[in-house]
Amino acid sequence: MASITMENLGKVYTGNVRAVTDVNIDIADGEMIVLVGPSGCGKSTLLRMVAGLETITEGTLKIGDRVVNHLEPAERDIAMVFQNYALYPHMTVFNNLAYGLKNRGFNKTQIDERVRQAAEMLEIGKFLDRKPRQLSGGQRQRVAMGRALVREPAAFLFDEPLSNLDAKLRVQMRVEIRQLQKRLATTSLYVTHDQLEALTMADRLVVLNGGQIEQVGTPMEVYSRPETTFVAGFIGSPAMNMLPAEYMRNTQQADSLAHIPQGADLIGIRPEDFALDTPGDGDLILTGTLLLLEPAGAESHLHLRFDGLNENMIVRLPHVPSVTEGQSLSFAVRRDSLHPFDRATGKRVS
Amino acid sequence: MQTKRMTFSSKWLPYALLAPQVIITLIFFIWPSFQALRQSVYRQGDAFGIRPPTFVWFENFQALFRDDLYLNSLKTTFIFSVGTTILSMGVALLFAVMVNRMIRSRDTYTTFLVWPYAIAPAIAGVLWWFIFNPTLGILPYILDMVGYDWNHRRNGNDAMIMVIIASAWRQISYNFLFFLAGLQSIPQSLIEAAAIDGAKRMKRFWTIVFPLLSPITFFLMVVNIVYAMFDTFGVIHATTEGGPSQATTILVYKVYRDGFVNLNFGSSAAQSVILMGIVIVLTVIQFRYIERRVNY
Repeated sequence: MASITMENLGKVYTGNVRAVTDVNIDIADGEMIVLVGPSGCGKSTLLRMVAGLETITEGTLKIGDRVVNHLEPAERDIAMVFQNYALYPHMTVFNNLAYGLKNRGFNKTQIDERVRQAAEMLEIGKFLDRKPRQLSGGQRQRVAMGRALVREPAAFLFDEPLSNLDAKLRVQMRVEIRQLQKRLATTSLYVTHDQLEALTMADRLVVLNGGQIEQVGTPMEVYSRPETTFVAGFIGSPAMNMLPAEYMRNTQQADSLAHIPQGADLIGIRPEDFALDTPGDGDLILTGTLLLLEPAGAESHLHLRFDGLNENMIVRLPHVPSVTEGQSLSFAVRRDSLHPFDRATGKRVS
Repeated sequence: MQTKRMTFSSKWLPYALLAPQVIITLIFFIWPSFQALRQSVYRQGDAFGIRPPTFVWFENFQALFRDDLYLNSLKTTFIFSVGTTILSMGVALLFAVMVNRMIRSRDTYTTFLVWPYAIAPAIAGVLWWFIFNPTLGILPYILDMVGYDWNHRRNGNDAMIMVIIASAWRQISYNFLFFLAGLQSIPQSLIEAAAIDGAKRMKRFWTIVFPLLSPITFFLMVVNIVYAMFDTFGVIHATTEGGPSQATTILVYKVYRDGFVNLNFGSSAAQSVILMGIVIVLTVIQFRYIERRVNY
């Protein structure tokens, strides 16, 4: 058990290719931090720097109170779950789990006890004598988890561990990993490109883009108050709608936009913040033509073109309304659900 | 799996297309094999046709296994092929591991390391003959400085070492390519996982990399033994000619000597038949193995 501290971490590859810039994160003991971002944003590189698989070219990395910048992966007291599981194909499940313990000089009874304990926790006890190729994807995933937790390391590192599973299994394993992590209270760093995975699993999430941190916060903080247009567009599905502030000022009553600061020239509205009800006092009213209705059972997505705008917007309703495509619809938007941004800097205003 | 079936308009066309290969196989492989089988059970007549060849059942074979020279040649062949295989595979694996760690220069090294394979065995033999030549070779000169008197014309062990090195040299290229391909097919994440699991470099190699190479290692072992036993005639002929006092006369070389130099066709044919048997066994092992390749 330990905290992880990243101070001004950076990574420059030979040939002056920059992958990670000035990352500062404090991970508390037992906390689950999710690194999320599009592919190529440097999230995996950052994780591998913590693991010791990539050298650190700038800044300081501490695990516990130790600076570990120049330590070998084995000396950092971490365990990693790989995207392709990286199980040793020529070893049985038992030996896969025992390998790290053997290398660290545990005796036979200790190894046996720890492996059986981990296998029981993950319900893979029946498979201990099998080779990895005789297991299904989900079972392999569990073995990979088991290999990480038998060692009882200071921290778990997860590198997109669920991306090779089918959708149903992914949800199931997501829940199991989170429950296990909470039960063991082991500091964890989890990398994913899936914003839903990030929102559901994290104590705090770190949104990365272009090798830099865009925002750090609890899932709800990040969702309800995105600090940049990138975060606004990346977290949440369907993505937040972005409307020019000028358009709003032209179509809305002035007092409903009075709280929007002067510098804001872009207004974000989440798809679920639109309502088909009659507008309340001070609400904004947006009118547009319905292009496509996507019913999704419990909810529905409406693709619209608001009068006077050239871009399609998405509205999410918690029911399937009885409307027809081509129809003109008016929506009410509460004034406190607007997200003002500065287009030039991409930052939130206010 | 569905196989695609070609249909020919003429009934004879497919046979005509097959014919060249079949004819070559019959003339150069099947017919000589039968000749050897037939000859191995005859004692040849004299050159003038006064005494005709006589059918002697398996006397030629019995004579072989009573012959100390033949038994000795079996032993020589064993030492030679094991030595060649271990040397060529060991060095190739070492090179492959080293080249695999390069990033930029990998292709350059690979190209250079493959060159020896393009050189004909006899020429390789002559090359080594010069290097090892007791009077003008560079190696005996160097060995002399450390006090070793190298002479493969007198010393059977020196001669054996020389032919092993000369034969293995060429095969290193071939083995190297296979080992390099094998190493590159091992996912990097396995090595990384082992590193996190606390295994040092050597430990990682012997517990993860080497076991994962075992299918390739086994395949190469069979190929190299076959090579050492059958394809090294040129090297031996160009360097030691089987000497000194038969110290490097492997089975294939003895077939040639007894048949074409000593003109003992019956015995030579019997030896060929035994070699044929060995080839068949090795081929069967190899095919059976390739059919169910994965052993982990």
